[in-house]
Amino acid sequence: MRVPLSWLAEYVELVPGTTPEDVHAALVKVGLEEEDVHTFELQGPIVVGEVLEFVEEPQSNGKTIRWCQVRVAPDGEQAADGGDAVHGIVCGARNFFVGDKVVVTLPGAVLPGPFPIAARKTYGHVSDGMIASARELGLGDEHDGILRLSTLGLDAPVGSDAIGLLGLDDAAIEINVTPDRGYAFSIRGVAREYAHATGAVFRDPVEQTPATDVSADGFPVVIDDRAPLRGRLASNAFATRIVRDLDASKPTPAWMIARLKLAGIRSISVLVDITNYVMLELGQPIHGYDLDALRGGIVVRRAEQGERFTTLDGKERTLHAEDIVVTDDRGPIGLAGVMGGAETEMGDTTANVLIEAAHWDPVSIARTARRHKLPSEAAKRYERGIDPTIGAVAVARVAQLMVDLAGGTADAGGSLIQTTPARDAIVLPDGFVSQLIGVEYTNDEVHDALAEIGGVLTRVDGGFSVVPPAWRPDLTGREELAEEVARLVGYHRIPSVLPVAPPGRGLTRSQRLRRQTADVLAGAGSTEVLSFPFATEAENARFGSVDGSPVASVRLANALDQSTPYLRRSLLPGLMAAAKRNRSRGLVDVDLFELGLVFLPELGRDYGSAELPVGDAKPSDETLAALDAGIPPQPRHLGVLLVGERIAKQPGQAAEPVGIVDALDAVRRVALATGAELEIVQGAHQALHPGRTAELRVGGRVVGYAGELLPAIAEENDLPRVVAVAELDLDAVIAAADPAVEASPIGTFPAATQDLSVLVDAAVPAAEVAAAVREGAGELLEHLGLVDDYRGQGVPEGSKSLTFALRFRAPDRTLTAAEASEAKLAGAALAAERTGAAIRD
Amino acid sequence: MSEPLEITESAVASAVDAALAAIASAGDSAALKTVRTEHTGEKSALALLNAELRNVPNDQKAALGKLVGGARGRVNQAFAAREAEILEAEAAAQLAAEAVDVTALPSRITAGARHPLALLQDRVCDVFTGMGWEIAEGPEVESEWFNFDALNFDADHPARAMQDTFFVDPPEAHLVMRTHTSPVQVRSMLDRELPLYVLAPGRVYRTDEFDATHLPVFMQFEGVAVDKGITMAHLKGTLDHFVKAIFGDEAKIRLRPSFFPFTEPSAELDFWHPTFKGGARWIEWGGCGMMHPNVLRAAGIDPEVYTGFAFGMGVERGLMLRNDVQDMREMVEGDVRFSQQFGMVV
Repeated sequence: MRVPLSWLAEYVELVPGTTPEDVHAALVKVGLEEEDVHTFELQGPIVVGEVLEFVEEPQSNGKTIRWCQVRVAPDGEQAADGGDAVHGIVCGARNFFVGDKVVVTLPGAVLPGPFPIAARKTYGHVSDGMIASARELGLGDEHDGILRLSTLGLDAPVGSDAIGLLGLDDAAIEINVTPDRGYAFSIRGVAREYAHATGAVFRDPVEQTPATDVSADGFPVVIDDRAPLRGRLASNAFATRIVRDLDASKPTPAWMIARLKLAGIRSISVLVDITNYVMLELGQPIHGYDLDALRGGIVVRRAEQGERFTTLDGKERTLHAEDIVVTDDRGPIGLAGVMGGAETEMGDTTANVLIEAAHWDPVSIARTARRHKLPSEAAKRYERGIDPTIGAVAVARVAQLMVDLAGGTADAGGSLIQTTPARDAIVLPDGFVSQLIGVEYTNDEVHDALAEIGGVLTRVDGGFSVVPPAWRPDLTGREELAEEVARLVGYHRIPSVLPVAPPGRGLTRSQRLRRQTADVLAGAGSTEVLSFPFATEAENARFGSVDGSPVASVRLANALDQSTPYLRRSLLPGLMAAAKRNRSRGLVDVDLFELGLVFLPELGRDYGSAELPVGDAKPSDETLAALDAGIPPQPRHLGVLLVGERIAKQPGQAAEPVGIVDALDAVRRVALATGAELEIVQGAHQALHPGRTAELRVGGRVVGYAGELLPAIAEENDLPRVVAVAELDLDAVIAAADPAVEASPIGTFPAATQDLSVLVDAAVPAAEVAAAVREGAGELLEHLGLVDDYRGQGVPEGSKSLTFALRFRAPDRTLTAAEASEAKLAGAALAAERTGAAIRD
Repeated sequence: MSEPLEITESAVASAVDAALAAIASAGDSAALKTVRTEHTGEKSALALLNAELRNVPNDQKAALGKLVGGARGRVNQAFAAREAEILEAEAAAQLAAEAVDVTALPSRITAGARHPLALLQDRVCDVFTGMGWEIAEGPEVESEWFNFDALNFDADHPARAMQDTFFVDPPEAHLVMRTHTSPVQVRSMLDRELPLYVLAPGRVYRTDEFDATHLPVFMQFEGVAVDKGITMAHLKGTLDHFVKAIFGDEAKIRLRPSFFPFTEPSAELDFWHPTFKGGARWIEWGGCGMMHPNVLRAAGIDPEVYTGFAFGMGVERGLMLRNDVQDMREMVEGDVRFSQQFGMVV
């Protein structure tokens, strides 16, 4: 809401010299947040001039300019710029006459833009200033020619200040109005709030104009709502008044244009401007009909489903049965509260006007405005709720302004439907506000604050009964009243008291282990990134669940980017994009990880809930369980991606390019950080290198995969051939990991170490041989490490030689070499049996 | 051995002199080893003289034995001394040879980093767990009931349209990307015992354009306390403590009246710090208020018995204010330089 200060000052006392910043500072205390300050952004000297004479001079470019002599100061006096009383000015417009009073911007003046004015040579003359158009002054869009004061009904002495004359010295504050404070979308409401904030005297504009009397011959109106929405009638207040014999071509006065302009509304015509002006002033939207275009009386009803109606923007709209329409004998003439119809619109030739000030059901209007995408100024106010009791005053105020500014006469009375239900009183027990806010308010403070906002209070047993004011539909309970007391007395009165929570248990195991995982990965050289979780169809087709089971995708109904309407199923596409971005910025060696949710709906299952629980009460356990069951699975994954070199070339250090090894090491770090016992087996994934993919298991469950991307996919994403990746379902890893470690005694007797080399078919995974050796060697084997995987000379084609380093130890004695050898051979024997591995000498 | 040896003083002295001279001239441990073999080995002069003692008459044995033994002792002593000298020199030479330029050595680690938003979120969690609060989480694809209805957003409430929400297709299924972390409030109240002191951090979604000050996906944390006798003063005290913990003792807060459907009274949280870029001033950093009785009721809590407060703040804005990040886009682009300037510490 933008509030011109001159307008505000009509209804609340503004101390002379009050700046927009002062007003902002006051209003923020009562909850109207500062947004901006608007001015006309011009600076003088800008004066009233009189055209003394001009010569028309055709130019070679086809234009004809006027070389004008303009009086800008009384004879014998200096002009405001220090120059002569008569200035020679070149003017391109030709819509004026000798003797016209015009607005002259003298050298030194600045017009909005900023556009500084100086004497300048043009078309063979020195043009000593400029004759301004309304648009150049920031007053409107009119650029048909220069502004002649007579067209605004203005006259003023030559040389006098035109800025003040046109109201261009005003400024407006802009405030953010929260949805509960619809009344602050009016000068009336803001003036009242300013009074609350400062204690200044408030004059209610509603009390400045006598309400229209209801007369028997008032315009006939019927509210015929056969389908109230959620039990609320389409309208519970509808006031009309007729003004006749108007001159619609009269100019809107400059002060009104200036105020509307500062308030963000363009001047259209005097009649339309007045309706907008009164809406801004009182917060009551106004509609004006060309009375002569109406056929019969007005009936308000719900639209027929599919009924058609052309709004005044020329668009034909198909109506919904919930829409409220204003109709006459021909059918709809207005989409209530949102937009009028073209056929009954006030126009240039309108002489007789029916003024309407109605109340409309907020919910109906909100739905209609959304349905037809017509977020009008009127709808904005109706949605939030207006004061339903001021229609009769509002139509009187419009009638008064129309008579004053466009001639004509107002009918003595009008019509009024007023079925507004009485507000329920709210019982506010003594002490309630203090207990909720934590401030010891006296009963007087509570009473005075609520009376000041317009509440009517009566003393009841142990408290107050409070009837909220008509303009505050948001005040429906004692908590709302408590806020009113707290804000009027001031939030600064609230003390700072730290509540003592019962002893907590710190982070959960999952939270702790996730944090530790991220710390361990970062500590090992990986950089954490956070990507947007939006994905393309192709990305989701390529990456799904970590165990390869088929899943569906979640699609957004209103994605920001139409190419990424899905939610990610994997963290890898985001990491690939980040890697690509880094490389495009010259950072070629990248080691990234991300922790985040992925979205993995089950295939063929409908999620969500067709119906939502209604009402304030807690839904049943079954209902809550059904809501939860309707939410697609969204586990927390960990993604890792490396490209380039893991170790850069340095003195005495060769570069180490990344590969699957690094992906697996990252995974091992995750296992370390979570305490999970990780099993790595040969795997397969459609997006990964067929020979360089590992399946990752914890407790027998597949929890992820690691390897290198298919080179074709890497290339497609502008990444080098080798991209090491890993993805883990971290929730599953943590769930499968042992929550507590069972410690074994640490043996202190000497160890015996032996090597074991076996020859085995090249297709047999080393892990299988190792597992057999481990099992066969039994409890004496403390540690087994694979130290070599050799193929080539001395090893038959299709075989490989695996060498294991074995460390044996007994808990209770020093092992002999013979005991260690025996255990080793037992291991080799089991490996031979299981895998065909033959011991090598 | 051409002629028989005779143990004489001159023969012993000559052997000792030769040995001492050779020891003195040995320049390294290899040379010294040779000297040792030559002058103390089995075939050395002194060894031969020593062996000759067998053949001397018994009456001379003591005197000659002393003579030869003393000589061998002197040689061994000289040898040991020289050996120590040489080993010391050689050790020193080895150390000198092993010297490196410590500024030109390779490093096998790379500098990793946590994301500063995650680090800041962790710190915020630590402040609250330090006060006994617990950390709760919830789904990002959420039922509209948890995101709106249970939080007193009526189906037609203007605030519901005000929130620019991502809807999951089809919209009739009433699933949204949560627009705030507040649904976790409701879940916590439904799932946990009272009293309740819970912080809910996480990602939230709004259909905002992506620019320097707006992200369609960002991080919030939401605090909820429900207990008997909770007042707005407790809310203020908690926020006061929190900003001081994160920003230092000079930080302070101010509450300003505002509106949210799920709180009444409601307030905007303004926050002041002397070191803000552009000067000490009040900066808006989130919303808060006393939980609306309808929200308590939706979770089955009797508002006549319990009251509660809730607050919500954006982590991105916190990072901007605290660490002077100018452009929010840097937080989500994944450029490693952004996270690496923080490393493991925010």
